[in-house]
Amino acid sequence: MTSGKRAVKAPQLDLDAILDDPNTRIVVCCGSGGVGKTTTAAALGLRAAERGRNVVVLTVDPARRLAQSMGLNSLDNTPRRITEVDGDGQLHAMMLDMKRTFDEIIEAHADPERAQQILTNPFYQSLSSSFSGTQEYMAMEKLGQLRRSGDWDLIIVDTPPSRSALDFLDAPERLGRFLDGRLIRILMAPAKAGGRSAFKILNAGFGLIAGALTKVLGAQVLKDIQTFVGALDALFGGFRQRAEQTYRLLQQPGTAFVVVATPERDAMREASYFVERLAEERMPLAGLVVNRVHRSPAPALSAARSTAAAEDLESRGEHELTAAVLRLHAGRMQLAAREHREQEHFTSAHPTVPISQVPAMSEDVHDLAGLRQIGELLTAR
Amino acid sequence: MSSRDTDWDGVRLHVVTGKGGTGKTTVAAALALALAAGGRKVLLVEVEGRQGIAQVFDLPPLPYEERKIAVAPGGGDVFALAIDPEEAMLDYLDMFYGLKRMGKTLTKMGVVDFATTIAPGMRDVLVTGKTSEAVRRKTKAGRRVYDAVVMDAPPTGRIARFLNVTQEVAGLARVGPVKAHADMVRSVMGSPETAVHFVTLLEEMPVQETLDGMAELRSVKLPVGGIFVNMVRSTDPALIGEVDHAELALGLKAAGLTDGKDATAIAEALAREVAEHASRTGLERRELEELVKTGARRYELPFLADGADLAGLYELAEAIRSQGAA
Repeated sequence: MTSGKRAVKAPQLDLDAILDDPNTRIVVCCGSGGVGKTTTAAALGLRAAERGRNVVVLTVDPARRLAQSMGLNSLDNTPRRITEVDGDGQLHAMMLDMKRTFDEIIEAHADPERAQQILTNPFYQSLSSSFSGTQEYMAMEKLGQLRRSGDWDLIIVDTPPSRSALDFLDAPERLGRFLDGRLIRILMAPAKAGGRSAFKILNAGFGLIAGALTKVLGAQVLKDIQTFVGALDALFGGFRQRAEQTYRLLQQPGTAFVVVATPERDAMREASYFVERLAEERMPLAGLVVNRVHRSPAPALSAARSTAAAEDLESRGEHELTAAVLRLHAGRMQLAAREHREQEHFTSAHPTVPISQVPAMSEDVHDLAGLRQIGELLTAR
Repeated sequence: MSSRDTDWDGVRLHVVTGKGGTGKTTVAAALALALAAGGRKVLLVEVEGRQGIAQVFDLPPLPYEERKIAVAPGGGDVFALAIDPEEAMLDYLDMFYGLKRMGKTLTKMGVVDFATTIAPGMRDVLVTGKTSEAVRRKTKAGRRVYDAVVMDAPPTGRIARFLNVTQEVAGLARVGPVKAHADMVRSVMGSPETAVHFVTLLEEMPVQETLDGMAELRSVKLPVGGIFVNMVRSTDPALIGEVDHAELALGLKAAGLTDGKDATAIAEALAREVAEHASRTGLERRELEELVKTGARRYELPFLADGADLAGLYELAEAIRSQGAA
């Protein structure tokens, strides 16, 4: 801290301005696991609604506590209205159900017979309820659906707790790579040609792949995959197109990405990575929210001075209580200093990224009042 | 396995899970160090491609290769492996089907991409499969290559699903080679040689997730291990109740901290700090009681004032050893 480098001060993130701007249509809260993304999303949603907007919060977090804090028993795949909202705005909340969302796409875009064929396919059933990747596609799909419905003037989403926090951005591309890939064409070839003629177009590539897949997966699995891919063929194009549309939507100025972190090394590192990735993808970044920041009510008394005074009192054998209080204070100041350094580190790498800090609270959020309070803290200037 | 009596003698695979932000990777690393202490050989594996182990040990990104990354107290080696599902897939093809040369073609054709990112459950089978292989691997003399394997596993919300691989691939493959492989992996995960440990903080959400995770593991008959309560701050008993402002002000004066001014303001500020602390301590106590009710073995790891740097890692390893977890 006493180094010659002058500390860069981050600009203040003005979230109220973002929430109040009628051009803001989507707010995406992203960050690593356990930093309070979902709570931040819900608090922003409530605040925007109470400032007059018609908001839906889409969460992927199955934690019941969040639903309960909004006065709902549980959340599901349909937006539910939260009634205790003050003011003229409206707040709805929903939780992504990826299997349900996937099923709905199939039902909406395939004729009943084909839909049935897909929905009962073992490979589909496994794919639609597995976590690896599907959640990201479905989060994108649902976001697109909500936006197209025109029912909301502001959509706030939190991102899936993926392995890599930006997996959802990669979803359309990965899907595209898969669908355009040779594998899918090879797998689809027999289904397309149908019946006996399939044998005619069996090329060397298919033989090789089929051989390997049969060896590894077994013949039944391969058959399931082929049937599934064949049946889904007609839907694939539209599916990918929509994912790409949503991706482009995210690049528009009406979208605001809010990166969420805690003042810990790992979370801040992840936040840095996010900020860089968003810039690469030309996604509009609003700023960084740093949750659970520790502050002291007595910041003027430094850790060093506090510790020295505690030692002094202890060596004299006087004022045990005061010594204990001073030790506690020194610990708090040290922690605050460490957190401050983590943030400085971030800001020196990304000096233009606005930051909003939310102080650590001793209790979790249990109700709308708690969410409202977080909203206040998020936007305090 | 050891001359030392530990709570997990006989366990070869330590799976470490926890909610995001609880310090799961740090605890897994410290546990590996603790298990290696005194001349043993431990493998620390990472399965989510985050390069968290490299960060914890302050190393450049780890390749898909078992390499020595640390020496434990009293001698003993910690090796690390960052399991990459694509590489594990090629490994698997080679090991079980002699299809190594074909790997390149398969990669180009998108088969590997498909299997590791799209095909449900395959990714998990591949990484748990590679881990099982390391657990079971033997030297020519018939001894295990690693005394223990520690896995930095996915977060609590996904752990049961991740380890219960048979169920995961059941939709994909009811019979066939993948199913057989998954069955083998599942038998390792469910054996008495495996323990799934939970890392938590004394906060509401992580504790709730720990309880849910334990129940979920039990329901699918996976072996629940211990609970590592991370970032525990010691509390001076004097600071739990209401502080006497006058007494505090006198003390501050005696310590020369009031700069000749009235001690009331600073005493009040500090008393507020104590009150916040006391309220958090009360909450922590309630959360601890929830953990006690599980009956699982608990270990308390100290809060590291300077963050989890390399020195901190050894401090945690010592705490793990002294409490008998390793």
